[in-house]
Amino acid sequence: MDEHVAVVAEAVDSTRPQVPGQDATEREPELVDELLVEEVSIDGMCGVY
Amino acid sequence: MSTEDGRSFDLDRAWRLDERVSIRPERFGALLYHFGTRRLSFLKSRQLLDVVRGLAEQPTARAACVQAGVRDAELPRYRAALAALAASRMIRPRSA
Amino acid sequence: MSHVDTGRAAGQRLVEHFECGLDAPICLTWELTYACNLSCVHCLSSSGRRDPRELSTAECTALIDELERMQVFYVNIGGGEPTVRPDFWDLVDYATAHRVGVKFSTNGVKITPEIAQRLAGSDYVDVQVSLDGATEEVNDAVRGPGAYRTALRAMEHLAAAGFVGFKVSVVVTRHNVGQLDAFQAIADRYRAQLRLTRLRPSGRGADVWDELHPTAAQQRALYEWLLAHGEQVLTGDSFFHLAGYGESLPGLNLCGAGRVVCLIDPVGDVYACPFAIHDSFLAGNVRADGGFARVWRESALFADLRRPHGGGACSACSAYDACRGGCMAAKFFTGLPLDGPDPECVRGHGEAALATVAAGSAPRPSSDHSHRTGPVPVTIGRRRPPERACDENPLAGFALPVR
Repeated sequence: MDEHVAVVAEAVDSTRPQVPGQDATEREPELVDELLVEEVSIDGMCGVY
Repeated sequence: MSTEDGRSFDLDRAWRLDERVSIRPERFGALLYHFGTRRLSFLKSRQLLDVVRGLAEQPTARAACVQAGVRDAELPRYRAALAALAASRMIRPRSA
Repeated sequence: MSHVDTGRAAGQRLVEHFECGLDAPICLTWELTYACNLSCVHCLSSSGRRDPRELSTAECTALIDELERMQVFYVNIGGGEPTVRPDFWDLVDYATAHRVGVKFSTNGVKITPEIAQRLAGSDYVDVQVSLDGATEEVNDAVRGPGAYRTALRAMEHLAAAGFVGFKVSVVVTRHNVGQLDAFQAIADRYRAQLRLTRLRPSGRGADVWDELHPTAAQQRALYEWLLAHGEQVLTGDSFFHLAGYGESLPGLNLCGAGRVVCLIDPVGDVYACPFAIHDSFLAGNVRADGGFARVWRESALFADLRRPHGGGACSACSAYDACRGGCMAAKFFTGLPLDGPDPECVRGHGEAALATVAAGSAPRPSSDHSHRTGPVPVTIGRRRPPERACDENPLAGFALPVR
């Protein structure tokens, strides 16, 4: 039923594109790879037993 | 664990959201939940959300990116993001 | 690049978003009833006797309608033992018909072969069977006589019905932490997925935490075991305080209470999380004007939880970025200040802090629905008298399934 596939999405382009519509807090120059997608199991949040 | 090379995702195919996926727009982008796999994906930009929402209507993923305002220099990043969504079955190829 | 590294790097930004809270929970725990056929010594909700103020079936479906509107993806229905409510199966069907995914937590008492078949046929219902020992002796010492057999019988029925991937959920204690491989073997045998969760000093857990929580050495061994098993073993993100050891475990590594998750209890009270059933963490009630949505969005408690909090006494510690100061419920119910170390802080700061807590001064749970009769195997509790004078039998009309 569950497939626990950890997915890594890497930006192939090494330039740092400015993404219109995002505010300044979402750009962190010190990150080399900026992932636009992150994934977690629905079980990955603390506070649900 | 599998690693998707963004370059292997085909931008020039027709794609669509899996029908078991629920989209919830958020300030930072969106949450996607797949009722079948029980995986949660976080889209970290509203623009990516626009791309994903446009997939079913556009002839190709590339067209959906263009329609959402993604510039050429940003395409690799969006291709990588779409590759991740395909790998986790949030989106899948469209037959039509 | 390992997924853990990228998860942590990218997750820093996500953590910031989530710590400010969302317009709706992502998922939540819904305790449907305080009634239970068991009396587990560590029950986080002090369950046993039904509360006569329980939400009615109509109130439950109205709540599900709200969750659908808010796009809450997923509810974990628990209790007590949720399946003892006569309307349980109808409510599950109602939820899944309204785009709210359901996982329910059960001791297995009602999982007959027929029920298992029904469940196996539904894509939107997941089942979590509780088990706290890989052997009958260890399990039943905590969950009571017969509990082990009931749980395994339920697992057999689910497996026979072709339900692949149901959850076997364990609360890790001093006495079962040596059985992790055996738990995995049980899960494998029934084609289930193992889930290990943290014992917290909540509910009746407050009475037994000192004796049952893992030692520091056991905690370290648990951490290594979890790392080795990666995403194959679920944790409900309940060990995020162990990120202080170094590499973080899979999951958001974030306290979700009042930010992305919460608890709705059987009488409609909304708490920050199921481990914090106490007036200090009570945000409101779904029966009030504006229902659940208003509580989630406007309660003073949740607004406070969503404000940035410094690390307090922990901010100078190099582990703080990873562990975020640990679990507020664990701190609260051991009498520790919320702006200091977790009682099980991996650096040992919690143990030091606990030594300064005056005996008997830790907060007590706000309510107690425990059965009044029956032995408590591990210790005589210091539990205060139940607040309700009525003595309803929560199992009236209920008959054990015939094998």
